[in-house]
Amino acid sequence: MAEHKHKLAIFRGRLKFKSNVQKIWGVLVFLSIVTAIEVALGIIKPPILLNYFLGIKILNWIFIIMTIIKAYYITWDFMHVRDEKPFLKNTIVVPLLILIPFLLFILLWEGSYIFEVMFDGLKAWNFDIY
Amino acid sequence: MQASSLSKTKENTWGGGGSKPLDAAYGKLMMWFFIVSDALTFSGFLVAYGFSRFKNIDSWPIADEVFTHFPFLHGIDAPMYYVALMTFILIFSSVTMVLAVDAGHNNNKNRVAFYMLLTIIGGAVFVGSQAWEWKNFIKGEYGAVEIQNGDILQFYNLEEEKRIPIDEFYISSTQERITHDNNVGIWYLSEAKLPEITLQEVMAGFNNDQNLTVRLEKLDDTGHKIILSRDEAEIKLASATRVVKGANLIRNEYGNPLFADFFFFITGFHGFHVFSGVILNIIIFINVLLGTYEKRGQYDMVEKVGLYWHFVDLVWVFVFTFFYLV
Repeated sequence: MAEHKHKLAIFRGRLKFKSNVQKIWGVLVFLSIVTAIEVALGIIKPPILLNYFLGIKILNWIFIIMTIIKAYYITWDFMHVRDEKPFLKNTIVVPLLILIPFLLFILLWEGSYIFEVMFDGLKAWNFDIY
Repeated sequence: MQASSLSKTKENTWGGGGSKPLDAAYGKLMMWFFIVSDALTFSGFLVAYGFSRFKNIDSWPIADEVFTHFPFLHGIDAPMYYVALMTFILIFSSVTMVLAVDAGHNNNKNRVAFYMLLTIIGGAVFVGSQAWEWKNFIKGEYGAVEIQNGDILQFYNLEEEKRIPIDEFYISSTQERITHDNNVGIWYLSEAKLPEITLQEVMAGFNNDQNLTVRLEKLDDTGHKIILSRDEAEIKLASATRVVKGANLIRNEYGNPLFADFFFFITGFHGFHVFSGVILNIIIFINVLLGTYEKRGQYDMVEKVGLYWHFVDLVWVFVFTFFYLV
């Protein structure tokens, strides 16, 4: 087996580790901090973050962005994609980056359209006693 | 001999015309392609959840009110703490997995075995926690009634300004009504199992206490469930059809049936991934103990199951966000 070269810097080279094991623990600390912030925000729910931006609450945008950051560090450092060749990186990441946003856009748009139709259009949809 | 044939097994790097564009072992490459396709499967599920949620954006159940349990803390409202702990357990077992892979690169058999064992324990704890979550979800806490149009009404105490479980206010009736099975009466007629608390008993309790009212599934502008006045609640409850306690695939006390369906399907599918990951880890762990990879001279198999294990962790990060936080 070829020798294992690890890239030991995260945060675009701002944080360098001495060994691969140290880097793993460093990434764990980072992921734990992000999760702790998520849970704290989810429990406190600061009122200012409950306003809407592009149809979704700012708080939920923060959660989604933090999740993607966590996903990045799990794949890049735990699944050591950081150490792979660019071709392999792209083979893995590019199909997902194209297909998932596409699916998201189509289905969420359709979902809100159906909501509007059921909300404004078909009053008889709700067989309530009123 | 078995051992000598194993020691001859050698993973060749795919040639790629000499330039080695991917520079990865065949098995690892295939594990990556499987992960990519599985990632698309999970995103399909989560996007379907998003679709249903956007379709019912004004009446979706609030996760903080559903997942409030923590082991050994009965009756204490602890939203999300337990799932956060589960997330941490899974991330931690991912870390021990990377450490096992790293020890494998140094051909350190004992360390690989030690870290694999920790990973297996972490995975087992996670699956157990998941089962406990399911148990609480299925059992339910407050109970509710379903009305004719299929909506769920949850009971609310106006005086104490909080939700009230049905078993705290119902008036038990002396009349006993037994389940109609097909071995009594007409052979082709039977009915579903009767709830422990009947609708009549709940209605008697409701009429007895003027402080009680109901909450709708609908959310107001601030994202809270709409609480009706006593008079409106009486009109709504006139069309009550059944008592709902806990959750199944047809109806649940939390609100929209789709909420429980997606919860069972997505966390169940993920839990099955974790379970099969634990099984794979155990197989590899036994092989490490037997010295299979030591004889091969490389621990590539640990790296491959490691990739799968991290992927399971990765999926959980998304499930956690979209089911519990957003």
